[in-house]
Amino acid sequence: MSEISTRDWLLSETPASRRQARFGQAYRTWLVLKANKLAMIGLFIIVTLILMAIFAPLIAPYDPIRGGDLRTERLVPPSWQHLFGTDDQARDIFSRIVYGSRITLMVVALVAIIATPIGLLVGTTAGYFGGWVDTVLMRLTDIFLAFPRLILALAFVAALGPGIENAIIAIAITSWPPYARLARAETLTIRDSDFIAASKLQGASSLRIIWGHVTPLCLSSVIIRVTLDMAGIILTAAGLGFLGLGAQPPQPEWGAMIAAGRRFLIDFWWVATIPGIAIFVVSLGFNFLGDGLRDVLDPKARK
Amino acid sequence: MASADTNSEGRSGALPAFLWKAVKLITSVAFTFLGLLIVTFLIGRVVPVDPVLAVVGDRASQSTYDAAYIALGLDKPLWQQFWIYLQNIATGDLGTSMLTKRDIVDDIARVFPATLELSTVGILIGTIIGVPIGVLAAVKQGRAADQIVRVLGLVGYSAPIFWLGLLGLLIFYAQLGWVSGPGRISIAYEYSVTRQTGLLLIDSAIQGQWAAFRNVVSHIALPASLLGYFSMAYISRMTRSFMLHELGQEYVVTARVKGVPEWRIIWVHALRNAAVPLVTVIALSYAGLLEGSVLTETVFAWPGLGQYLTNSLQNADMNAVLGGTLVIGAIFVGLNLLSDLLYTVLDPRVRRR
Repeated sequence: MSEISTRDWLLSETPASRRQARFGQAYRTWLVLKANKLAMIGLFIIVTLILMAIFAPLIAPYDPIRGGDLRTERLVPPSWQHLFGTDDQARDIFSRIVYGSRITLMVVALVAIIATPIGLLVGTTAGYFGGWVDTVLMRLTDIFLAFPRLILALAFVAALGPGIENAIIAIAITSWPPYARLARAETLTIRDSDFIAASKLQGASSLRIIWGHVTPLCLSSVIIRVTLDMAGIILTAAGLGFLGLGAQPPQPEWGAMIAAGRRFLIDFWWVATIPGIAIFVVSLGFNFLGDGLRDVLDPKARK
Repeated sequence: MASADTNSEGRSGALPAFLWKAVKLITSVAFTFLGLLIVTFLIGRVVPVDPVLAVVGDRASQSTYDAAYIALGLDKPLWQQFWIYLQNIATGDLGTSMLTKRDIVDDIARVFPATLELSTVGILIGTIIGVPIGVLAAVKQGRAADQIVRVLGLVGYSAPIFWLGLLGLLIFYAQLGWVSGPGRISIAYEYSVTRQTGLLLIDSAIQGQWAAFRNVVSHIALPASLLGYFSMAYISRMTRSFMLHELGQEYVVTARVKGVPEWRIIWVHALRNAAVPLVTVIALSYAGLLEGSVLTETVFAWPGLGQYLTNSLQNADMNAVLGGTLVIGAIFVGLNLLSDLLYTVLDPRVRRR
């Protein structure tokens, strides 16, 4: 065993255990993905973002909320002292961007955590039971799909009141329908499998079958879809922030920072431009990675 | 071609099938629309803003408050309130805006042409550029041109539209002076064009007001190009994948064997087949521009539906917000239906099924 390298073990054509087969499959996916330059750039951006969020207090040279001297340090152009300049409250923009990565990651993570289970639950239930349950649930899904996403989120935030928590809830409420569609389609392909029939014969309840057997099989494709959606989630959150409906000042949310810098865009361009670059780079990262993942995992699109 | 179709339909009895499909489509749209109404109605009821206080003001006496409470029908059970809401919508009454003190329907009718004009010019730009570069990417698959189109598309998917708008204003308006700034038309021309269609490009052209026309063009150029770029990202990507599918078909091989010139195979044979699903894509991105226009209109102070919506939002004018949401949702559903119908009309295979 010791003379076989890890690589050979992973790429073995005759895996000895289920664990080896699974790791081997993941490793092959990784090899294909690694060859895709854009996907690697995307992965690099996302890893950087996560590290930035974790180590924000170590990276940021200044406080993101409390500004410097209002008389001398307001709206200073980018320099070595202030890498990205300062804003109208004399706050260091670089530090605010660094701390803002925490808000961006939190939005993405929470939306995924809220929307994925809803989509899975609705989709698998509709697909498994079929009949009128399917009709009702899918009709409901269609209704949510019928609204443009940002508009529905706007209406929800208007009803719930502005704030980052409500923005997250609103985005999650508008995000689940495509996942439900996908989970339903996956469920339809496995619903009539023999192993489902076998567990039914053993007396397993519908709940147990859906949760224990159907959902795990739908999970991977739904997760890929969520990854593909992350850039859209970031842009929607930033849009809400820009309209003053997401994170409230003085939180260093990137969209709200653009809105704040908009008032003096022409004289002090960096205040609005730099947070926009941050949003752009991060959502580009998610799009690059998602695009690469889709190429690897969906052979139809690779053609 | 039309006569051949009628013949085959008559023979196989496909016309009733087509009608049946249309009926099914319309029922499903009706259900979706009812759902839209339920959603907007419910959002309106969970609002923390007290609708009575919004009408009578917070210094009204208890009796005034109670009278308004009953007049607004808030004492009735929820389903009765919904029924009243439905009846109002059916008669074209979306309520009164608290901000402008006018009927919301009138408000929306006033601002809608601005949005229509902006998104129509946007989708034209997106289609005229997006389709050819999508075809190019498919023909040059895997080569440099394909990669450029791909990255261009991904950039379009990733950039916040409001930020690009601000950058555009900074560069093309403030620095270069190539285009006019925010707004639809300069104040100087505000009263020189009489509103006929509400679409300023058409109105000023009909009336021969060429100075005003040029002014309108220089105002619309930047925001419409932005929206155009965003729809281009989607349209070019879908064109590429449809074209790749078509170019792999056997009829293309046959045409090549026959000696049909390559440009004819690409632009006539394959593109005509790809055009059927493409129409759906274009209709959907036209609908999607309505969404993008909320942020774009805010950046460019464009007096359209999007700006009306955000203004109402910032002033907690819930009636107007829900009215606007409903109208946008309805247009969205309508365009979806239209794209489905177009698909049926354009693709004889779908029609016969």
